[in-house]
Amino acid sequence: MTATPPVRRLYRSPSSRVLGGVAQGLADHLGVPVLWVRLAFVVTTVFQLAGVLAYAAFWIFVPLGTAETSPGLASATRRGLRSEEKDTDAAPSNRYTLQTAALVVLGIGVVWFVVGSNRVSSLLFPAVLAIAGFALIWRQADDTSLRRWVWETSGWQAVLRTAAGTLLVLIAYGVFVAQLGGGLGSAAQLLAALVVALAGAGLLLGPWVVRLVTALAEERRERVRSQERADVAAHLHDSVLQTLALLQKNASDPALVATLARRQERELRDWLYAEPSHDGTTLRKGLVADAAEIETTYRVPIEVVGVGDTDPDADVDALRAAAREAMTNAAKHSGADRIDVYAEVGGAEVEVFVRDRGRGFDPTQVPEDRLGIRRSLVARMERHGGSAVVRSAPGEGTEVRLALPLVRDRSPNGGRDGAPEGADGGADR
Amino acid sequence: MTTPTGGTSAVGGHDLTVLLVDDHAMFRTGVRAELGSAVRIVAEAGDVDEAIAAVETYRPDVVLLDVHLPGGGGAEVLRRVATRHPETKFLALSVSDAAEDVIGVIRAGARGYVTKNITGDELIDAIRRVAGGDAVFSPRLAGFVLDAFAGTIEVAQVDSDLDRLTEREREVMRLIARGYAYKEVAKELFISVKTVETHVSSVLRKLQLSSRHELTRWANDRRLI
Repeated sequence: MTATPPVRRLYRSPSSRVLGGVAQGLADHLGVPVLWVRLAFVVTTVFQLAGVLAYAAFWIFVPLGTAETSPGLASATRRGLRSEEKDTDAAPSNRYTLQTAALVVLGIGVVWFVVGSNRVSSLLFPAVLAIAGFALIWRQADDTSLRRWVWETSGWQAVLRTAAGTLLVLIAYGVFVAQLGGGLGSAAQLLAALVVALAGAGLLLGPWVVRLVTALAEERRERVRSQERADVAAHLHDSVLQTLALLQKNASDPALVATLARRQERELRDWLYAEPSHDGTTLRKGLVADAAEIETTYRVPIEVVGVGDTDPDADVDALRAAAREAMTNAAKHSGADRIDVYAEVGGAEVEVFVRDRGRGFDPTQVPEDRLGIRRSLVARMERHGGSAVVRSAPGEGTEVRLALPLVRDRSPNGGRDGAPEGADGGADR
Repeated sequence: MTTPTGGTSAVGGHDLTVLLVDDHAMFRTGVRAELGSAVRIVAEAGDVDEAIAAVETYRPDVVLLDVHLPGGGGAEVLRRVATRHPETKFLALSVSDAAEDVIGVIRAGARGYVTKNITGDELIDAIRRVAGGDAVFSPRLAGFVLDAFAGTIEVAQVDSDLDRLTEREREVMRLIARGYAYKEVAKELFISVKTVETHVSSVLRKLQLSSRHELTRWANDRRLI
């Protein structure tokens, strides 16, 4: 693991959020349970409402994270070729919503206690109203930015939510002013003055602001698009164009053409649909890479299917090397038109199966060279505490099963002998 | 529409009727050529609305359905017609082997999933199988299933049988993931091909109906459902 991990950034969580996704985002970032973060916000509210203010600050300044998908899927989603993912914000379960509601009530209680019950009525009520209003409006803004690509999804519900938020804030303001100074009348007057001033400013600056905003959005969209285009062009040039050129040159050799096309397909598929990769090479990635290489060398398609995965260590590397040898063997000798590789990382052991439907052989009458290969496979696996079993019969193909225990309590000479059903446990004949 | 009559073995004594749904005309032509006279292709469609209209009009036995399709994808087609026409079976066909696409389309109601580089004979076999009410699992799909239902859970913790694979089903899935054909699975486990088919269909049903929370979480991790 020499590769330096990329800088981790704090994002608000778009998927499982109740309010702004701040607590979930922080919890993900810090690796602590989300409940702790929420409690921390409530507790710090005691100190001059620090918790509430911090939450608001995080909400404003921390960008909303986006779900990461592969370029192929993202593009297919954008063009409407896949079904639209169900609401990204539908995720938080009722349990979490209830939990958060309870915490909010608790927070209000805390504030009540701190501020003192006599001033509470004058300040707390408008404050809660205002916070609720702002939360509504900001949440709306989040949703819009989450769906930049489809403006239409907003609809009347969005307008309603924003209006409700604004109304809440206005009521809060009214109540606040009414309680501070001289009654409802002066509050109304102040509000009227404010509205007039805002309207005037809007008239003066409105058109300019609108133009600025549209220009900005337009520019940003254009920039993103051109970047994407450049990426795709670069990739197509590096791989697809090269392959097409090669295909034309080698049009007379069908096997080579098939191999080239297959390799290109695999590469493009990987680029388009592979899950966003983590750093480091895992067993599965290693097997896929080996398979690709052998496929190119021997021109036999190799299909790798995996369940679970594990990080490499000396033993796993040995397993991978053995699997590679088995694949090479099958590609070289079996004459099969495809090879299936299946890797499963279970709780107790790692298993890799390499199977071909080629000509096979009789394990009791093995030619010298294949015996050597089998011995080396078996010996290699046993050195690392695992086992290798080769099953084959003439005309029935060959299957190699490689197994490696994950619980490492090995006896010095390797302990386990081959699985009972094996036609060959590596015994000499 | 051309109506070749091959007259090879087909379910119920008549040729299987197939609807071809893919947004790439070139690919449709290719599939048409590969299928040849083994089945009768009654229509082609290039997007979700066309596909739905064609299903309503022709009532085909099998719909070869592309996963990525203008108008909401193959899953959308399934959502809108699959329940209304239970006699029509859907076989998903795609270049994408992203887990979320595969499981998504299966959960929407497809009876099987094959990738586009499948050979003509294998495709014909898959179409027949699906038409006969069986499920078609590629090694990759079997891998996804094992992944989704992974982890050992106590029998007592499970609410319903839908939420876990039986030992036998797991064995069958593992063999399919290892590249065994149904016939070979049957031989390996000393059971009949019919029994293998029953197991596979049962796994398909569980995959479609299970609300097992691990499955949901697994799906959520990959952004689907």
